[in-house]
Formats: sequence, C-alpha cells, structure tokens
Amino acid sequence: MSHKKDLAAVDGRRFNVDGILTAVSVVLLLIVVVIPVFSIIYNSFFYKGQFDPQLFIGQLTDANNLAAMWNTIKIAFWVTLLGTILGTFYAWLLGRSDIPAKGLMRALFNIPYMFPPFLGAMAWDLLLNGRSGYLNKALMEIFHLSKAPVNINTLAGIIFVEISYYFPFVFMQVVSALERMDPTLEECARIAGAKQMTVIRKITLPLVVPAISAGALLIMTTSLAHFGVPSILGFSQGIFTLPTKIYAVISRSEGSFEGIRQGAALSIMLVIVVSIALIIQKKVLSSGSYDIIKGKSMRPTLIKLRGAKIPLLVLCIATLILIVVVPLVMIFLVSLVKAYGLPLVPENFTFNNYMKVFRMDGTMNSIFNSLKLSIGAGIICMFLGTLIAYVVQKIKPKGKEALEILSVLPYSLPGTVLAIGVILAWSGAIFGIKLSNTLWIILIAYIARYLSFSMKSSSAALLQVHPSLEEAARTCGASHMESLKDVTLPLIRPAMVSGFFLIFLPAMREVTTSVLLYGPYTRTLGVQIYSLRDAGMIPQAAALGSIAIVLIIICNTIVTEVTKDRKGV
Amino acid sequence: MAKVSFKNISFKYGDHQILKDFSLDIESGEIMCLVGPSGCGKTTLVRCLLGLNKPETGEIYVGDTCIFSAKSRTNMAVERRNIGIVFQDYAVWPHLTVSENVGYPLKKKRVSKAEIAQRVADTLALVNMTEYANHLPSQLSGGQQQRVAIARALVSNSDIIVMDEPITNLDAKLREQMLEEIREIQRKSGTTVLYITHDQQSALQLCDRMAIMEPDGTLCQLGTDEDIILRPANRFTFEFIGVSNFIPVEANGGKLTLKPEGGSFPWADGVLPEGTDLSQGLEVGVRPNDIVFDPQSPLRAVVTRSVFLGSEYDYFIQLGSQELRVQQNTLDAARYGIVKEGAETGIRLLNYRFYPPKKEVSA
Repeated sequence: MSHKKDLAAVDGRRFNVDGILTAVSVVLLLIVVVIPVFSIIYNSFFYKGQFDPQLFIGQLTDANNLAAMWNTIKIAFWVTLLGTILGTFYAWLLGRSDIPAKGLMRALFNIPYMFPPFLGAMAWDLLLNGRSGYLNKALMEIFHLSKAPVNINTLAGIIFVEISYYFPFVFMQVVSALERMDPTLEECARIAGAKQMTVIRKITLPLVVPAISAGALLIMTTSLAHFGVPSILGFSQGIFTLPTKIYAVISRSEGSFEGIRQGAALSIMLVIVVSIALIIQKKVLSSGSYDIIKGKSMRPTLIKLRGAKIPLLVLCIATLILIVVVPLVMIFLVSLVKAYGLPLVPENFTFNNYMKVFRMDGTMNSIFNSLKLSIGAGIICMFLGTLIAYVVQKIKPKGKEALEILSVLPYSLPGTVLAIGVILAWSGAIFGIKLSNTLWIILIAYIARYLSFSMKSSSAALLQVHPSLEEAARTCGASHMESLKDVTLPLIRPAMVSGFFLIFLPAMREVTTSVLLYGPYTRTLGVQIYSLRDAGMIPQAAALGSIAIVLIIICNTIVTEVTKDRKGV
Repeated sequence: MAKVSFKNISFKYGDHQILKDFSLDIESGEIMCLVGPSGCGKTTLVRCLLGLNKPETGEIYVGDTCIFSAKSRTNMAVERRNIGIVFQDYAVWPHLTVSENVGYPLKKKRVSKAEIAQRVADTLALVNMTEYANHLPSQLSGGQQQRVAIARALVSNSDIIVMDEPITNLDAKLREQMLEEIREIQRKSGTTVLYITHDQQSALQLCDRMAIMEPDGTLCQLGTDEDIILRPANRFTFEFIGVSNFIPVEANGGKLTLKPEGGSFPWADGVLPEGTDLSQGLEVGVRPNDIVFDPQSPLRAVVTRSVFLGSEYDYFIQLGSQELRVQQNTLDAARYGIVKEGAETGIRLLNYRFYPPKKEVSA
C-alpha cells in the first residue's frame, strides 16, 4: 500500500523543480528589472500619490532638453550610419580579401571594443581641445594660426570619437558572418557567369545583411545611451545629450528628490527616443534572416585585390594608428608629464603621477570596488542568466516570452535610465530598504544591465544540448535536479564561463551607471578617473587611465587563455 | 523481464490528436517491433511509456505495477520507471567517457564502485566495446556510439528496453550487423524489447511479433512476421510491408476484368472471394514475386526493362500502359528462361488480394 501512496505523492507534488526554477527567475527579474523600471514611470507621472503630469510636460517642452534630445538623435544617426559603413567595409577587407597581416589587424581592430570610450575621448580632448589641445597648439605654432584648426569639442568631434569605438560592433558581427557563410553560394554565382562585383552586390551583401543590421542596432542603442564621450567632449562647450543632461540635472540637484524626479522624466524621454529608433530600424532593415549561414567554419574564397592591395593596406594601417595607437600613446605620454600643459618632451617626464595616484585614498579603493563589482555581477549574472535561459529554453512555462523580454529589456535601456530607476527603487521606497551609497545598489544596476549577456550566451549553449540527453539521464534513474547537475550544467559550463567574462570586462570599465550611483566610499575605477579629470588633475587621470588599460589588457589575455583551454570540451 | 500493457492511451499535441484509445500488450521476454510510417505516433507512445509525455487517458502497466493511470492520477516519475531506452539520436553524453556513460545508471542506483566497474566491463564486453572504455563519444563512430547507448540501456537489468529507431543512421551493412547483435544480446539477457522503426525490413529481421501502426496512429495489425506477410489485415499493411502492384478490377457478374491504365484485359483465372465489398470499386494487389511469366497466358504484357540483382531479376513490365514491378528468382529465371527487354510475354497473378481503391486525398 505504501507503494501506491508514494506514486500519488509523486503526481500530486505541486512544487516540482521546474516550478521552483521558474518562480525564482520571476522573483529575481522582478527585483532587478521590474521594480526600477516601474519606479521611473511612477515617479515621473505621480507625485505624493497623485497623478501629476506637470513635471513631465515641463521637461518635455524645455528648450534645453529638446536641444539635448536633438543632439542625441543627430549623434546616434551619424555614428550608426558611418560606423556601419566603416565596419562593413573593413570586415569585408579582412574577411574576404587577400590583404596581408590579417590576424594581427583583426586583433588590433578589436582593441577599440575593449578600450573604454571615455578614455579615448579624454585622449582626443588632450590632443585637439579647442583651446589647449597639444596638437592644436603645435599646429598653431607651426602655421602661425590665431585659432585652433580643429576643435574636438563639437558635435562632429563627439561623432568621430564614438564611431572609432563603436564600428567594431558591426565589424565583428560581419566578419564572423562572412566566415561562416558557405563559399559555394558565391562560387555558384561565379560559375553561373556573374562578375566579381555582381557577386558581392547580389550574393555576399544580402547574405550578411542580418549581421550588419544586428551590428548597426547595437551601435545605435549604445550611442543613444552613451554617456562618457559626450560628457568629456561636450560639457565644456555646453553640448548636452540626454544621458549627459540627466547626469547634469542630478548632480546639480545634489541628491534632492526633485532633481531625481526631473532625471526620471528625462529618462522617459530618452527611452521614448530609443524605442522610436528601434521601431524605425526594424522598419528600414526588415530583412528576413537566412539560414544559409552555417555554424561550422569553412574556408571562404579570397578576392585578389591586385593593384589596390598596397593602398588599402596603408588605409587600414592609418585607420588603426588613428583610432588605436594615437589615443593610447597620448594617454600614456600625458600620464608622465609633470604638469598638464607642459610640452611632451622627455625632460618633463616623471613617474610621480603614478605615485600620487596610488597614494590617494580613493584609488586602490576604486580598483577593488570595480573588481568586487565586476566579479560579483559576473558570477551572479552567470547563474541568473543561465537559470532564465533554462526556464525559457527548456521549461517553457506559459508567458516565457514575457520572461525573455524582461531579461533583455535592461539591455536596450540606457545605463543612465537604469541608474535612476535603481536610485528611485532602493532609496527606502520599498520596505524601507535603503541601499544608496553602498556597493549593493551599483551591483543591482550592473546585474540588470549585463544580465542579457550571460542569458544569450547560455541560451545559445542550451539550444545545442538536445533534450534527449537530459531525458536519457532521467530514464537512467536521475532525478530532474540530478540530470541538470550531471548532464546539462557540465555541457553548458564553457558558455557560462564565457558569459562571465562577457560581463566582467565591460563592468570593469563601466562609468555611465556608476557615475550616478557612487557614494563617498563606492567609487569605481571609471568614476575615479572621471572625477580626477573633472577636478583638473589631468596627468593623474591619465595615469590611472593607463593603469586601467593595462588591467583590461591583462584580464583580456587571461580570458583568451582560459576560453582556449575550454575548447576541448 | 516484464509484460508491458498499454490500455486506451490517448495523447494530443495541442489540437493534434496523435493517439486515440491505443492499446497494446507486449509479452514478457519478447522482441516486439512497433512499425509505422514517420509521424504516426510511435515515438509519442514510447515517450508516454517512459513518462516524458503525459497521456490524457488510459493506463500503462509494467508487470503488475501501474506506472500511469489517468483515472487514479498515477504518474510515476521518469527516473523510477526502470525502463532502458536507446534514443534515436543515441543521447550518449559527450562529456563522459564510454564507461562513465554506461556506469551512470548504476551510479544513480547507488551501486558500489567495485560492482559498477565489474558490470560496466561485462556489459561493454557484451556489445564488443571493451577496448573503447576510456574513449569520449566524439572519438567513436555512429555505430560505436549506438552500442554505448545499448550498453547503457542494458547495464542496469531493466525490465524493458525500448529502442527508438536506433539504427536508421547507419549504413546498410552495419545495420544488418547491429540487428544481429541486438537479437543476440536479447537472447542472452532475456529482456523484453520494444523496438520502434519505420523500416519494415529491419522489423522482419528482428522481431518475435510485430505491431503495425497506421498514419493516423491506430493499431492496424498485430501478429508474427508470417502473419503479417501472408495475411495482411488491410491494404495499408499490404502496401507498407513490401513492394506492391495495384491494378483496378471490374467485376461483372462472376467475370473479372483487369482495367490498368490504357487497357482492358479479361482475367479468366481471377477468383473473387465471396462477400467482397464492391461498393467502393475494386483493385487487386499483388507482390512483384507473385507475378510469374507464362507464355501461354492470355494476359499479355511487354517487358520494358530488366535488371539483374544477383539473387533475382527485377523487371518492369507494361500491362496496357501501366507499369508493374516483377521479381523473378534467378534459379527460376535459369530454369524458364530470362525474358528479354522489349519482348511480349504472358503473365499470371498468384497470391493476389482484393482491396478497395485508395481514396483520393482531398486537397
């Protein structure tokens, strides 16, 4: 009889593993995503429990805010357009032509991706600042000019710097699509009598359009939400974008609730702009995705450049020098100079800046904070992202689409907006929980911001794990939990590890979110560099910037080594 | 070793009814082949047995244990059903070695390490995989992976082993060899085997009994292989189990006339069994090796092509303008003479069966 009772218990058990996993991911998404987003909307339209659209309308009709909105749109438009063209061109050149030194150049083209854009902006500001840029001064001296020939502190300057850091988004997507494309598709067209240019136009390009549009989308959303470059190049000239305007409003208000509410209203404006842009993008590039691109790597046919080889090689090298070498060298040289403004000659060089930076209380603290936050966010997102991916891919509960959207939503939400949501949600509004000025509040923001990275990575891996593998474990006598532990987890472990690093690296150099959330003892590395520069300690900022770059390069090398080892699995 | 009973199983995917009141008994210690065209619900039935799908109605028994009953709300957990399975795609875990794969079910049963090692070694020997014990699945061929999957299903002495089209991915020679091995392994272990396939040829080679499923998921015939070949229950089984020719027939009083495309031939030998239903029209079905050449026969056909296949000759002949397949044993061909391409000859039909014509599939 006991046997029978047992069976009934098995069937009647309501809280099975699937249910628990689903419930946990719903709760976590609620905390990390839903509450902050809801807080923004609520606080922009409601005041002390009353519906009050006054503030929002006021912000929306403010001329300064509208100007900031136009700037944001203009910058994003040009950055997306030019960045996409540049990225596609170089992707084709390195992916499909016989240009020499490909491996090296590809590695170099990926550098801007790991390099924090605001450091690049700093470097270009040092070189081409309208008043005191080193290059501008030199040019004025040589050609006896009364005015700086190039001024980076303009919209065009901001666009230029953003392009140089964001075109790799398109570049990387398209290169990998080109490599995975079945070369016989092109060969067939050639055999059928099409000329080389016709093949590129009619076959190659349409096939990589999905990759191009995915990359372009990434550029656009990132640029619309970007804080670092416009804040460094634009503030001094009064050029604002929505993210920098939000920052200005909040830092001016010094934490007053009114200021945060204004920020929230501006955030909604920004979200509206991003949403409209996403819709337009979808309309313009509503191309079907092709399954012709295969997962396995093949050897594509290379196109001979012949006479154009050398000029194109020179162009590549010049681009690399302009976007990679010049900013790096500039930051490093300025970090050595005794005082900002002195000529960059060996007599003026000293290591004192580094000493000074390290002797400052905040510096070591900020490095450790960033490490703690990046590792913490990386690990938590790795598990949470995998959990959500598992729920969406394998358990498929009712409303799984909602779960998926919720986990990807923060990714298209600008970091600034997310920060404000987190401030509003966790400053005592809910259960009196007050996290402001702690690392926890930054951690929550990071988790929300980077969750989709690990989710996508684990999702892709889970799709590769055929359901029968888990079912086979069940039939062999493993409980659901055991089959997860013994089969599924080991199989997606490499993807989880790479998901961790996908989060760790950008979190290490994060500024946008933390600049709004930091407190006296919770500066991050990015914030510390930003505030050093703000305080006019430019050589010291450059010194810390150089340290950050070295740290990032070290971490990146470790990542590549670690992921290389995992390939055998 | 255990008897398996499906009783009135129904299963739906969304609005799509896969199984309806499906019942089947598998005797203890036999190899039962479940044969049916792709998409008829064979795999769904297996998944119901394993507990991976939950039927809407019905009961499933293994031995005396009820593992599923819609009425009493019994649904034993997958891991407690003790059914070995060889999945269509093997489902060998890529991150474990061969012996870890095979030892996994024992590990889950908390068998001691020493015993696991012993039983894994024995089972690997049974499937001739001893030398690959420490290989990873990625280092094995398809056939070897499949043997790992079979070993994994065998190792824990399950009551039943289910094999879901396990050999479709192998080449013809290996397929034959694997069937022999499965037969051999079953003889040694005495386990009940439910073998799922859409390929009647391997089913005939392997099974004690066969169950034929129709495309709509109903069971249309259950019997030994001789039963099924010699006494097909309906047109579907007749067609499914081998190559067949169908010629329209007209019955007029007691006289039969063959009405192939582009012709009309009185068929004097033809005998219509009493009580044949004529309301839907009539066709005669005949296997290629049941059409024999007889120069004296008034049924005249033209040989369009003849192919020598070693043990037999394969002919394409035209009756009227309808093409028929004919097979002739090489021995018979040698005795009675090979019919040349282009020659006209007489034919006779043996072992024919009458069926209603196939309904036109309405678009």
